[in-house]
Amino acid sequence: MATQIPAAPPTAKPQGLKAWFYKRLPVEEFVSDQLTGYYAPKNFNFWYYFGVLATVILVLQLFTGIFLTMFYKVGEATAFDSVEFIMREVEWGWLIRYLHSTGASFFFIVVYLHMFRALLYGSYKAPRELLWLFGMAVYLALMAEAFMGYVLPWGNMSFWGAQVIVNLFGTIPAIGPGLVEWIRGDYGIADATLNRFFALHVVAIPLALLLLVVLHLVALRRTGSNNPDGIEIKEKLGANGKPLDGIPFHPYYTVKDLVGVGVFMILLSIVVFFVPTLGGLFLEGPNFEPANPLSTPDHIAPVWYFTPFYAILRAVPDQRMGALLMGLAVAAFLFLPWLDRSPVKSMRYRGWMSRGALAIFVVSFLVLMYLGLQPAEGLYVLLARIFTVLYFAFFVLMPFYSRFDTVKPVPERVTFHAHA
Amino acid sequence: MRMHSRALAVALALSVAVAAGQSHAAEAPASAAAEPAAAEHEGGGPIGTGWKKWHAGNELANIASLQRGARNFTNYCLGCHSLKYVRYSRLAEDLQIPDDALEQFLLPPGDKPADYILSSMPAADAESWFGKAPPDLSLIARSRGTDYLYQFLKTFYADPSRATGVNNLRLDATAMPHVLSELEGVKKAVFRNVEVRGDDGKPRTDRVFDKFETIVPGRLSEADYDAFVRDTVNFLDYAGEPSQVKRRALGVWVVLFLLAFTWLAWQLKKEYWKDVH
Repeated sequence: MATQIPAAPPTAKPQGLKAWFYKRLPVEEFVSDQLTGYYAPKNFNFWYYFGVLATVILVLQLFTGIFLTMFYKVGEATAFDSVEFIMREVEWGWLIRYLHSTGASFFFIVVYLHMFRALLYGSYKAPRELLWLFGMAVYLALMAEAFMGYVLPWGNMSFWGAQVIVNLFGTIPAIGPGLVEWIRGDYGIADATLNRFFALHVVAIPLALLLLVVLHLVALRRTGSNNPDGIEIKEKLGANGKPLDGIPFHPYYTVKDLVGVGVFMILLSIVVFFVPTLGGLFLEGPNFEPANPLSTPDHIAPVWYFTPFYAILRAVPDQRMGALLMGLAVAAFLFLPWLDRSPVKSMRYRGWMSRGALAIFVVSFLVLMYLGLQPAEGLYVLLARIFTVLYFAFFVLMPFYSRFDTVKPVPERVTFHAHA
Repeated sequence: MRMHSRALAVALALSVAVAAGQSHAAEAPASAAAEPAAAEHEGGGPIGTGWKKWHAGNELANIASLQRGARNFTNYCLGCHSLKYVRYSRLAEDLQIPDDALEQFLLPPGDKPADYILSSMPAADAESWFGKAPPDLSLIARSRGTDYLYQFLKTFYADPSRATGVNNLRLDATAMPHVLSELEGVKKAVFRNVEVRGDDGKPRTDRVFDKFETIVPGRLSEADYDAFVRDTVNFLDYAGEPSQVKRRALGVWVVLFLLAFTWLAWQLKKEYWKDVH
């Protein structure tokens, strides 16, 4: 604890071409501000890998997506065939397509774990409200991106999934029916719908996503990262003006994240090379049949990452109320910074009420995820209703249990045990 | 045209066979539900019970099986069903079929090796004959699964109420005639009535499949027909994703590389973090 991590040693004055560039572009300043001079808490644990992993997968999706558009042919007569052409006749096309389709599911796995981390350590609490809201905006954009991307192969589940999701907008009073027609660009899900979803999926939403990710990172740089103890490291500065409990992001976290990226790539590769459909969870069987407006699949279910919300939608007998509740289930996250009245951030120092509430919420989310994949009948409907109530109880009761919960004293400095 | 006439001939043969076996088709009495075990264990066990749990168990690495499956497909399926995403040349390459064998056994006269595998049956005719155009089978193993195909091809049974003379346990009221009946023969399905309690709590009688009985033997023994179906399903599995064998083989190397990479990254991390206390 006594030794202070020295700042990066002064480098030799650049010469030649390097000097020419540095005079015209703030390369050194960027590196020293954002990497070697950016201090992150030294007590990051397992849960702190998912931010960088989300960035990795974003880049992976952008690159594989660019290559897919070189052979994908948008249009209801050509889309399905062109995907099969990519899978069979384009050199390495199957690899690019599986990376992209598996990447979509992995994106959500990573983002859900990233969000869970925020719930666990109170990362959304002041002063990080805006950081949390930008993150939620990224999540919403990601949902739109994934939904429209799922429609592009124009399989039968693409078609009927689009039908169900777009029709949800029809439940909005007064403007609903007109809005649905405006979204589809036709009286049904058709060629016009596919074409505009393509435009949005490859141009509009990726641009919005990149902008939101930049804002998310800029906001992070302003407040600094939270950590598993929920302590503001900026409040304890060393002689050099840097946080005592902080270490330079580069090289310490770049090398640490490299390990996380390695493990992540191994898991991704196992799915891509050995189980790309993951038993129908990542790529559904009915989507290997072309879109057919005359043949409804036996059981329409969205991909797993939307099923918690789909289960909530179906748990309500009235469709309009169901759609409203589904929207609220997503929007509820936006209010967390103001619902949480606990004086401490991290679950480490909270009492049984907050911990119990979070545990019930996580179980509810997972059970609803499972139920959304099952047909809405019998016991499943009853369970969906029970867990929908529990899901919302987490948010609605938060102002009360977070305030009355007993909290433990938060230490002055972060908990850190150096590995031998 | 040879294929349509075969399909019609098969349908005709089936209806004759069904008429012959009809007197035995009477359903078992309702009380059969009480003692099903007694009938099940005589004569080496009945055929077909537990069909829902049958597994295709096909092996994509078995090139000989894939070659036989390709032959089965062109002889028995291609008359009505296409593989519109598969080229003959790609098939020959993946299944190690020499050019002359491809020309001699698989390639229809007039087709070129680079052509896609297309049925010559006009879609409009197919629809009027069967009520439904036979689906393209390129992706059938992916959309339905190999177990489904295996069960489908092994659970045709005589049903005089159907236009084709047959019905199917896996796909009830299928429009497809039993084109493999000359190989498998014709089976009769024995059903029994079972008293069950419905969702509303009222007792109701369900007709449950009990077993198959062969009424007309086919050219192949039961084991040979099973192998025939398994080869065919294997081939359809291949056709669903021709690159899958290569994919798995490559995956092993990718994961091994990443394991080595991650180990190195871990060593690097440990080295750097030595000075964090």
